[in-house]
Amino acid sequence: MRLRIVPDDTKIDFFRAAKITFGASVLAMVVSIIAALALGLNFGIDFQGGTTIRTESESAVDVGEYRNAIAPLGLGDVIITEVFDPSFGDDKNVASVRIQAQDGAESVSAETIAAVEAALQGVDPTVSFPSVESVGPKVSGELIQSAIFAVLGSLAAILFYIWLRFEWQFAVGAIAALVHDVTLTIGIFAAFQIKFDLAIIAALLTIVGYSINDTVVVFDRARENLRKYKTMPLRALLNLSANETLSRTVMTSGTTLLALLALLVLGGDVIRGFVFAIFWGVIVGTYSSIYVAKNIVLMLGVKRDWDKKDDPKAGTQFANIDA
Amino acid sequence: MMHIPTWRRALIWLVCLGGLLFALPNLFYDRVERSNDARAVIETGLSDAELQAEAGLWPEWLPSGLVNLGLDLRGGAHLLAEVQVEEVYAARMEAMWPEVRDALAAQRDKVGFVTREEGGDPSELRVRISEASEAATALEIVRGLATPVASLTGGGANDIDVRAEGPEIIVTLSEAERAATDDRTIRQALEIVRRRIDEVGTREPTIQRQGEDRILIEVPGVGSAEEVKEIIGTTAQLTFQPVVSRTSDANENPGPNNEILPSLDEQGVYYILERNPVVTGEELVDAQPAFDQNGRPAVNFRFNPTGARAFGDYTAENIGSPFAIVLDEEVISAPVIQSHIPGGSGIITGNFTVEESTQLAVLLRAGALPAGLEFLEERTIGPELGADSIEAGKLAAMVGALAVIVFMILTYGLFGVFATVALTINMILIFAVLSILGATLTLPGIAGIVLTMGMAVDANVLVYERIREELKTARGPARAIDLGYEKALSAILDGNVTTLITALILFLVGSGPVRGFAVTLGLGILTSVFTAIFVTRLLIVMWFERRRPKTIEV
Repeated sequence: MRLRIVPDDTKIDFFRAAKITFGASVLAMVVSIIAALALGLNFGIDFQGGTTIRTESESAVDVGEYRNAIAPLGLGDVIITEVFDPSFGDDKNVASVRIQAQDGAESVSAETIAAVEAALQGVDPTVSFPSVESVGPKVSGELIQSAIFAVLGSLAAILFYIWLRFEWQFAVGAIAALVHDVTLTIGIFAAFQIKFDLAIIAALLTIVGYSINDTVVVFDRARENLRKYKTMPLRALLNLSANETLSRTVMTSGTTLLALLALLVLGGDVIRGFVFAIFWGVIVGTYSSIYVAKNIVLMLGVKRDWDKKDDPKAGTQFANIDA
Repeated sequence: MMHIPTWRRALIWLVCLGGLLFALPNLFYDRVERSNDARAVIETGLSDAELQAEAGLWPEWLPSGLVNLGLDLRGGAHLLAEVQVEEVYAARMEAMWPEVRDALAAQRDKVGFVTREEGGDPSELRVRISEASEAATALEIVRGLATPVASLTGGGANDIDVRAEGPEIIVTLSEAERAATDDRTIRQALEIVRRRIDEVGTREPTIQRQGEDRILIEVPGVGSAEEVKEIIGTTAQLTFQPVVSRTSDANENPGPNNEILPSLDEQGVYYILERNPVVTGEELVDAQPAFDQNGRPAVNFRFNPTGARAFGDYTAENIGSPFAIVLDEEVISAPVIQSHIPGGSGIITGNFTVEESTQLAVLLRAGALPAGLEFLEERTIGPELGADSIEAGKLAAMVGALAVIVFMILTYGLFGVFATVALTINMILIFAVLSILGATLTLPGIAGIVLTMGMAVDANVLVYERIREELKTARGPARAIDLGYEKALSAILDGNVTTLITALILFLVGSGPVRGFAVTLGLGILTSVFTAIFVTRLLIVMWFERRRPKTIEV
């Protein structure tokens, strides 16, 4: 007896609720952008400069007391958050102390760090500091630049590759799906104020890579079917392609999510944000390759007959099916 | 028909076997590491029974390359420093002033009095002459001091630019000279940082130039970025100065051309010294930790010929009078010269611990940094945190792998088993390639591997799903398998090329942990395509040839 998550011959009409799903996608993107603008992203020190000190103590973390201990040092904005992880025992209590970048200094001085550590040790003598990271404003500015460049660069490179291998409409569809995924991921990071640092950019690019992979598989099938069924309306053809590849889409997302779930639960708190971003991205990426990328292709229409190069009008004959 | 030539089968198995061989050392990480360390020491000529035993922990005929663990896994310090190259410009201008002054003073009857305008931009030298009408003459004179730039790219340019603003002559370093100076400064700084860190003897530090004027320093294992900064930042200025007298009053007027410095270990004791040193640490060629005749830790040193001559002459002329060994503005000791010391070598004694004498020797050897360093980024990761991360990553990877395997076998049965074998080989290959390249595994890198596990089965899934479809229409299972592979190939390639593009961009743009992620992700894609297209296929073909099933279920 085999496990079948997706029945063998599905005939789901993915476009039936096109207006709703597409509308929902657009809405989700708008909400994400508003969230990012209104709430702002909880930038880590990579992008903002400043210092993060990880503390570990035997007794429970009292955020208020930590704050009171550090306040007299006059370091400006100090954010203290307790860190939880199922692998921590009762005698392992972890917190993260973030200090804003200090005026006029590239990296926080040894004295400042020593003062903070002494202050915290005053609260709890068992506290130790497994990691101290400090980034100056100069570097963080550059990191923002290179992060933006990385995301835009990879989008452009993918756009180019898809355009090379498929029709341009597919490239536009793929990029729309990617922008959708990236926006939604940024949105959820803004909504839940999860720390957004360099690793999250890596996660975004991974999402881009994963989502495009998913989209390409559907497109590849569509390309094949376009040659096979020369007269099938584009809408039906895209539906057929999505149904034929549905089983694979679900299987791959399933195995990937399983592996990521293990990492999310057991991988420790240090990379939880990073793994969460990818986990979320795989979900929206799977959704977008079915519900966003294809819709764009359908809207734009596809030039059908590669063989008859002499008929330029042929390319638009199925363009207005849903419009 | 499904036919795979024997040579190709052999090649596929050879790759897998090679992978296993190269990945193997990582299973015995500690053992191999100790053995490698011992071999490295033996290589330098040292050898004893203990080292031999350590080296013998891992057989020599086996590959011994290991995956490098990143700082976030091993613990250590990461620093990014910017070399303050402008400081060198200022120093150059400072050195230029006497030269300019003397050259102009020689023509005093024409240009009049020469004064220096202080307090402006330190990277330019402003000189005012009292006869403003002769500015052109002064300009000529100062220009005459220029020398060609000493670099390959300088191309005949002069080292200084000189211009006149009314009665002021302004000297700056020329563009070409600045470039040449910057390059020299960075390389010097890099070399000194490297030597200082190497001296402390930590394992495989990374010290690289980054961009125009930055140095990236990664030191695994050391306690904190602060310690590394101390090692790098301390400039040991050693001088040997004649002693005028000894006093207990810190505010005593030392007199012209003298200075007053405290004693290092005698509280409340001060020495009045002649400001001009007899010899400085710059003339040192070597300094080694040692013990004096009483068995106390000390530092042996040796001068270069110039230093040795100056030192020899001075000791010959001043037998019976004390001279001071001064380190960083503190008098370490002020022995009385007993006899002429001709060889240019000597010993510094003081109340040192062994550690202090070692440190002092290091500092003396490494010399001074040509310019200050500003630290832009500092990260310290404790080794326990790294060890925790490794444990968590291992556990997550194993659980993740198990989940994927169960899921695949439940879904595809025997073909799921094939995919599992391929997945295992895939993991082995990733570690093999990482070891061969000496690539660095970081925490996000582990995430990359786990992610690869999930995605690696994708190529198999694509093929299997395709075989399922083809089974409905194709004639016979063999044909279906063939078609499945053939038709899934373009989707596999397109999908993976795009992911590879993003991995490549991540690698180029990212740094540290992120780069580690890009490496494992990229490698994972390559190995998973290899295993899906070649390994699983071979497994299926071999199974098929043996069983010749009439029907198959995928």
